[in-house]
Amino acid sequence: MTATYPLSETAPETLRARSGKPLSGITLQAVLAGEIGMDDLAIDATTLQRQAQIARDAGRATLARNFDRAADLVAVPDAEIMRAYEMLRPGRAKSRAELDALAAEFRSRWGADRIADFIAEAAEVYDRRGLFTFRY
Amino acid sequence: MTANRWRRFADWDARPLRQDRFAREDPAKGFQAMASPADPAPGLAVAEGRVTVMDGVAEADFDLIDRFIARYHLDPAVAAEAMAIPSLDLARMLVDLNVPRADLVRLARGLTPARLAEVVGHLSALEIAFAYGKMRARRSPGNQAHVTNAKDDPLQLAADAAVAVGLGFDEIETTQRVARNAWSNALACAVGASVGRWGTLFQCSSEEAEELQIAMRGFTSYAETVSVYGSEGAFIDGDDTPWSKAFLASAYASRGVKMRATSGAGSELLMGFHQSQSLLYLEARCLCLQRAMGVQGTQNGGIDGAPVTMSVPGGGRELMAENLIAVWLDLECASGNDARPTESELRVGAKIMPYLMAGSDLICSGMGSILKYDNSFNPSLINGEELEDYLVLQRDYEADGGLTPLSEDRASGLRERALAAVAAVLGELGLARPTPAMLASVAAASGSAETDSYTPGDASRISESIRTRGITVIDAIRALATRGFTEEAENLLAMVRLRLSGDALQTSALVRDGRVLSAINDPNEYLGPGTGYRLTPERRAEIVEIRDVLDEREVLRSQAMVEKVEARRAAYSSLGPAKAGQGGPEVVVGISPAFGTKLFRTLAGEGVSVMLRAVVQGIRDGGGTPRVVRMRHTADTSFLGLSAAHLSGSGIGIGLQAKGTAVIHRAGRLPHHNLELFSNAPITTLDHYRRLGENAAALAQGGDPEPVVVPTRGEAMGARFHAEVALIYAIETALCSEGAAPEEVAVEFQEVP
Repeated sequence: MTATYPLSETAPETLRARSGKPLSGITLQAVLAGEIGMDDLAIDATTLQRQAQIARDAGRATLARNFDRAADLVAVPDAEIMRAYEMLRPGRAKSRAELDALAAEFRSRWGADRIADFIAEAAEVYDRRGLFTFRY
Repeated sequence: MTANRWRRFADWDARPLRQDRFAREDPAKGFQAMASPADPAPGLAVAEGRVTVMDGVAEADFDLIDRFIARYHLDPAVAAEAMAIPSLDLARMLVDLNVPRADLVRLARGLTPARLAEVVGHLSALEIAFAYGKMRARRSPGNQAHVTNAKDDPLQLAADAAVAVGLGFDEIETTQRVARNAWSNALACAVGASVGRWGTLFQCSSEEAEELQIAMRGFTSYAETVSVYGSEGAFIDGDDTPWSKAFLASAYASRGVKMRATSGAGSELLMGFHQSQSLLYLEARCLCLQRAMGVQGTQNGGIDGAPVTMSVPGGGRELMAENLIAVWLDLECASGNDARPTESELRVGAKIMPYLMAGSDLICSGMGSILKYDNSFNPSLINGEELEDYLVLQRDYEADGGLTPLSEDRASGLRERALAAVAAVLGELGLARPTPAMLASVAAASGSAETDSYTPGDASRISESIRTRGITVIDAIRALATRGFTEEAENLLAMVRLRLSGDALQTSALVRDGRVLSAINDPNEYLGPGTGYRLTPERRAEIVEIRDVLDEREVLRSQAMVEKVEARRAAYSSLGPAKAGQGGPEVVVGISPAFGTKLFRTLAGEGVSVMLRAVVQGIRDGGGTPRVVRMRHTADTSFLGLSAAHLSGSGIGIGLQAKGTAVIHRAGRLPHHNLELFSNAPITTLDHYRRLGENAAALAQGGDPEPVVVPTRGEAMGARFHAEVALIYAIETALCSEGAAPEEVAVEFQEVP
C-alpha cells in the first residue's frame, strides 16, 4: 500500500469528502457558488482506513490504530467529540458508570466500537487509579 | 600584596552569561539530567503476550502511564529479542553505518523507557548528533516559525505569517497574549500564510478543546501542543490522561488534521511531580507513551522545560538524547530549540549547531520569526533579531536549516500583500475596517512596539465575533476571492483540500512545492557518505544567496566613488626609473602599484592621497626628506618597505599600500622583520600615519623613537575586512610585473575644500 502514497497524487479521483463530494468538486468556483460546507472539507472514513493500511505497511501499527479509531469518529458530530473529550479528562466523570455509559453510547449511536472499547478501558483504569474525584 | 579581587571576574559578571542561573545536581530534588538513583533498572516480563512487569513495576501497580505503554507501545513479538541486547551494543548499533535505521526502529518497539534512556546514555553528544541524523524519519530537513505579537494584532500576524512563509518555514505556529483572542489569531495567520505559495502548515496553540474547535472550523492544518507528561501527577495536573490525549489524537485525525504531541525534559520537575527520577527517564516515558497513543510525531527537546534542563550538568546533552529517543521510536521530531535557555549568544549558537548539521524534521519548534518581545510563547532560542545569523550558519556549513534568504523587496512585497488580504477579509466579513495608516504602520514595523494598529481588546472583539458567528475557513476563502485575492483564496482552499486525502497525517508530513513529503515517500535511509539528505545544486544556490555580499565589481564601484575627488587632491607624475639615494635624512615612501591609479580609498575610508600626505608631512615634521617611489614589482607591504629602504639615502623606507597597511623598514633586514608595522588599516588614523612618518625620519637620523601603536578594541578585523582586502589585493597584484623597476613619482597635493 505504501506505493499508493500520497493518495492525492496517485489516486485523486478516488478521494471523496465525508459528504460524498468528490475531491475534484472542491473548487473555488464551488465555494463562491455557496456549494461547499465544512462537511465537504472533511476526510471520510474510507480514506482514513486506506491511510491506516499505508501506516501499517510502513511498520507503524500504533499510528494505524489511531487512524482506525479516527475512522470511527468521522461520523460523530463536532459537539459530541468535544463532549466525549471533556468526559475523558480527569475528574469530569464522577464515576466509572458515567464513562461506561459514554462508551455504550458511542457503540450504539455511532457504531464506534474501537472508540467504545477505548473509553471502557479508560473507565476501568481511571477507577483503579482513583480519578473519579473532585478536582475543581 | 594581595589583590582584593582579580577584576576579570568583574568583567565576567557583566557578561550576558551571568544572567543564566545554574543549578547544583540533586537527584532527590529532580535536578539530574540522566541516570538518577531513582530511575528503575530496565526490565520486562511478558506472560501469554501480556506485560506483567515493566522497569521494575508489577502490572498491579501500573500507573496510568505504565499501563498505556505496556498495553500499546510494547510489542511482545519483539520485546524478548530487543531487551536481551545489552545497552552498550544497542548504543553502538545507533552509530553504526552498517545497521539500517529500519532494524533499530523495529527493536525500539520492544524496548522499555528505562532501557531506551540507558542506551542513549552511553552516547557522547557527538555520537547522539550523528545517530540523530541517521535515525530521523524524513530525509529532507524542515523548520517551524512562531508568528505572534504582543498586541495580538491581526494585521501584524498576517504580515509576519507571509514573511515566515517567504523564508521557507514549513510550519507556522501562533498563540495569543489574551486567551480569548485565539480565533482572531487563527484567521489572521491563515490568511497571511496563504500569500506567496500554498503548503505552509499552520497551528494555533490554545486550550486543548478550543484548539480542536478551531481546527474543526478549518483555519488550522495541524496541532502540536497536545502535551503529555512522564509522571501521573504531572499528567493529571495538566488536566488530561493518556486516554483523553489519545482520544484527542484520534479526533484530529478524524478531521484530517495533522497532529503531534508535546513533551520535554523539565516539565515534571517544574510541575512538582518528578519522583526524583532523571529528566531523560521521565521523557523516555513520555515518548513511549506518544508512540503508544499512535500520534505520528512529537515536539520534544525540553520545550518549556529547556531552560531548567540547561541549568543542570549535562542538560544540553540530555536534550539531544531525548530527541534521539523520539526518532528512534519512529516519531516525527520537532526538536525543540525553542524556549530560549540562555542569555549567552555563545550557548545559543552551540545549542543549534548539532541540529543544523544533523538535520531534523523541524529543527526548531519553533524559531521566533518575530522579535523576542513579540513572542507570546516567550523568546525562542533564535528570534527575529538573530534569524539572519542562522541563514549565515546554513551558508557556512552548507547545511540545510530549512530556510531561504529573503530580499528586502520581496519581504516588503509579501507584507503589503498580506496586509491588503487580511484587511479585505476583515472588511468583507464585517469584523473590522483597518485604516490605511494602520496598515502602513504595520508594513514598516519590525515589531509591535512600532505599530499604530489593533490592541488586544480590539482583537478580542474580532475573535469573539468569529467564534460566535460560526465563521469558518470557507467564509475566509470566499471573502478573499470576492475582494480579488484569487491566488490567496486558491492557496487557502488547497490547504483544506489537503485534509481529504489524509496524506498529511502520515509520519513527518509536510508540503513542499505543492507536494506532500513524509517518511513514506521521502524516507531517511542514511547509510553513510553519499546517502541520506544532500543539498542539490539548486538548493545550495538558494542557501548561499544571503544579502549584501562583496565581489570585485562592488569593490571597484566603491573605489570609483572617490576617484574624482582624489584626482583633485593629488597629481602623480612619473619621472622615470627611481634613482638611488644620496645620503642625508632621506625617507623613501614606496607606494603600491594601484595606489591612486586603480585604488583610491583606504580601508579606513580615507583618500589614499590624504594618507600619503600625512606620512610625507610626518617625515618633514621629523626633519626628514621625503621621496615617493611607486613599486611595480610587488604589492606586498614588507617588500614595498624594504625596496623603499634600499633606495633611501638613509636606508630607512616606508611601504604604503593603497588599502592603508604601512611599514617602516631598514635596508639589510629580512623582508618580514620590519621596524614598525600598521597591520590594522581600518582603524589606523591620519595622526598615526603622520607619526609613522616622524618616526621614520627619526630613524633616518639615527634616533630611537617610541614605536607608534594603533590601539585595537579587539574587533574581528578579519571578519569585517578580509573579503574586501583579498579583492583589493588582487587588483594590486594584477598590476605587478616581475622585475619591473621602481618609478620616481612627483606628487602634487592640492587643497580640496
